[in-house]
Amino acid sequence: MTHAEATHHTSTGLDSRKIGMWAFIGSECLLFGSLISTYLVYQGKSVAGPTTHEILNIPLTSVSTFVLLMSSLAMVLALAAVTRGDTLWTRVWLATTALLGLIFLGFQAYEFTTFVHEGLTLQTNLFGSTFFVLTGTHGAHVAVGVLWLLSLLVRSFQGKLGAEKALNVELAGLYWHFVDVVWIVIFTVVYLLQ
Amino acid sequence: MSERLQHDEQAHPGVGTYLTVAGVLTVITLVEVGVFYVPAFQGLLAPVLLTLSAVKFVLVVGFYMHLKTDHHLFRVIFAVPLLIAMAVMVALLFLFGVIAL
Repeated sequence: MTHAEATHHTSTGLDSRKIGMWAFIGSECLLFGSLISTYLVYQGKSVAGPTTHEILNIPLTSVSTFVLLMSSLAMVLALAAVTRGDTLWTRVWLATTALLGLIFLGFQAYEFTTFVHEGLTLQTNLFGSTFFVLTGTHGAHVAVGVLWLLSLLVRSFQGKLGAEKALNVELAGLYWHFVDVVWIVIFTVVYLLQ
Repeated sequence: MSERLQHDEQAHPGVGTYLTVAGVLTVITLVEVGVFYVPAFQGLLAPVLLTLSAVKFVLVVGFYMHLKTDHHLFRVIFAVPLLIAMAVMVALLFLFGVIAL
């Protein structure tokens, strides 16, 4: 073990970066838990429209949900490729994951724009405030994930993302999958359980 | 890498497992949307959708995030704040009268 590698390991024998990422994801559970709770507490308490029944587009969001689920598949395939030292497929799957993330963000931008045109903004009512804060925070996380994936793609093209750096892809993957599981909950609670 | 690390961090699932999980996630999502549109299910909508959502959650965390095979410490680090978050959610929903006994 080199000195550089040794500095990343703890007394547990586990990599400190991976422990840190899981601790961060744990803290994110509390963040999104509070945002989802706030949405549920104020659900149905808006005194003026538009409300959930009038404005949410389930078919459109179902497609964007499918896109995000498939991005998680592309992410694990990228990890499998980098682990076996397959540079070409690492790039293909990283680019696919980032592209699917961008498509998801495109759906969200379209949804937000439509809502604003239909009179629902952050200030309109309790539904608008809690909906935009919750889904907007999630969208910001997706955007950060896309930037992270693109940075890994650049590192790959620089020849600095070989099998020995697979943990870098795994850490990005943990973040990406967490963003996916948060959306799984949001899709059910906000869109389907109206 | 220590022997303990090699022992505790087992090999990740293969591509076949990843594809199977993706297929199951897709089917569950289709069922969720289908259930939403079927009037007969309206009375059971909440328990059915929450159960399906929980299954998707466990599949992604277990197989894609590798918690099923990784070191148990990662499971603890993730599960403790998750359980706290869920407890806070339930407490808030009781406090504001969204759910009641």
